[in-house]
Amino acid sequence: MTMLANGSAAAGVADIRLNSFAEEYRRQQRTKRLWTLLFGALFAAACIGSAIVSEVDVGKLLTGLPKSWNYIYGTLPRIRLETFGADMAEWYWGINYWLRLLLETVLMGFLGTVLGAIVGLALCFPASRNLVESRLAYFISRRFLEFFRTVPGLVFALIFVIAFGLGPLPGVLALAIHTAGSLGKLFAEVNENIDPRPVEGVRAAGGNWLMCMSLGVIPQALPNYASYALLRFEINVHSATVMGVVGAGGIGQELYVAIRQFEYSDISAILLLLIALVSIIDLSCEAIRHRMIGPELQKAMPS
Amino acid sequence: MTHASAISPDDIARLRAHHPDVLAAPLATRLRTWGMWLLFLAAFGWGLWWIDASPVRIWNGLSKLGFLIGLMFPPSDGGAFWDYVTGMVETLGMAFLGTLLAAAVALPLGILGAKNVVPNWLFHFSLRRVFDGFRGIDSLVWALIFVSAVGLGPFAGVLAIAMSDVMVLAKLYAESIENVDGKQVEGVRSAGANSVQTFSLAVFPQIFPVMLSHVLYFFESNVRSATILGIVGAGGIGLQLSDRIRINNWDEALFIILMILVTVALIDSASKQIRMRLINGGTAAKTSA
Repeated sequence: MTMLANGSAAAGVADIRLNSFAEEYRRQQRTKRLWTLLFGALFAAACIGSAIVSEVDVGKLLTGLPKSWNYIYGTLPRIRLETFGADMAEWYWGINYWLRLLLETVLMGFLGTVLGAIVGLALCFPASRNLVESRLAYFISRRFLEFFRTVPGLVFALIFVIAFGLGPLPGVLALAIHTAGSLGKLFAEVNENIDPRPVEGVRAAGGNWLMCMSLGVIPQALPNYASYALLRFEINVHSATVMGVVGAGGIGQELYVAIRQFEYSDISAILLLLIALVSIIDLSCEAIRHRMIGPELQKAMPS
Repeated sequence: MTHASAISPDDIARLRAHHPDVLAAPLATRLRTWGMWLLFLAAFGWGLWWIDASPVRIWNGLSKLGFLIGLMFPPSDGGAFWDYVTGMVETLGMAFLGTLLAAAVALPLGILGAKNVVPNWLFHFSLRRVFDGFRGIDSLVWALIFVSAVGLGPFAGVLAIAMSDVMVLAKLYAESIENVDGKQVEGVRSAGANSVQTFSLAVFPQIFPVMLSHVLYFFESNVRSATILGIVGAGGIGLQLSDRIRINNWDEALFIILMILVTVALIDSASKQIRMRLINGGTAAKTSA
């Protein structure tokens, strides 16, 4: 009798606990569903709102898509097998000029990266929290880097074209400023992750701040700097392709003219050249980066 | 040099004679390093010559730039503040819709591009090359093309953003599908699920947080690129900015640039917080499971 009462009491306790668990589960489900609903509503509102401000309507989309397809189809050259050579020559009639512009584009990317890396290197030391005492220098250099990389490069290019005149020079300067901003930040992050012991060693041996940086920080951070700079070079070649749209040099000018004047087959010819260029640059930079980091990793790993 | 254990120049000379490689790199390596530096400097100098960066031109440009910057202060909205706000909202809307469109179109492409979904080597390789190839075309070029295909306005910008992102997102999706944990897939399959059910129950829950964080990241970068698409007539704040620069209203141009900076900073910090929560939520779920 007492055992049974005990059992039912235990069962009652178990029921109560089960119920409380079930209640808790239901409550969690409810809050989760509420959040999902809230986010869903927000998302739907954002969709509708942006569809309205972007003047999207389904009818326009449906007529726009075939138009785009016609456009893409129109850019394809007419190449027949029997006159293959002549057709290719006609398609790529401007190949010499275009190759020259492509070379200019790569040069712009190169110069922009080098100049930007120099400025970024100068700014990255005061922008690393572990390397400067003065909060003011840290704050000012961080804000500078932020400004450099947040203003779109093309906006700098627009302004520089007016100040320096048309041509690749304003494009290079715009790329350099943007590069300084982003590389400076990345370099500073590298600096913040270095081993502090070499720096302390240089300081203990009587080195001043400049010596600490050049003998304690740069030797350990250099491979990472170089890797980031190469990555930036890829990005800068990519950005240099559109600088011509505002008159700042490179292949972009030619592409802009071709698109504006509806010279259809020129568009596809230049775009294919662009794709080839960017692919070559990407692949070769990747190979160099792997080679550069390879021996460093091997050195870092014992045996 | 009073210390007894100090190294004398004789010691250094002896060590150098015994281990020449330790104290100086071999001649071939040194020559190669010098050669690389020389090549680099030559390319740099030639490049400066090519772009016509003469000191006179740079000096004149800098003084003109200083004059322009002087004209920019103080920044003013020129009474068109609400026009700029509208342009900014349009920019955000373009970035949002473009990212959304790209995210949706990239999903099937990403599934096709994953090595463990379509194990055909040739198919995988060629699709990946297509993904990589499209990455070479900037969103501004797409904007130019779409402006002449569907007309001026933000719609062309939406299509341009979607077009420039879809292939990159597809590649990232494919990579995250390739990295899913195989155990959950096996578990669902062993319970008798078909391939669609396996994807939706085992693969998709694993890749969803990763995909979402990629998409948010792309939204951030698209807000930046959407601010300049207006330069070629594809809607957004860029149209006002390039107009103000063309008609030499520099104080208003600076005002718009500052507006862009503030908006980008706000979007970045919001999206960073959401991504942090996504990643933390993902790891928390993983450790509790």
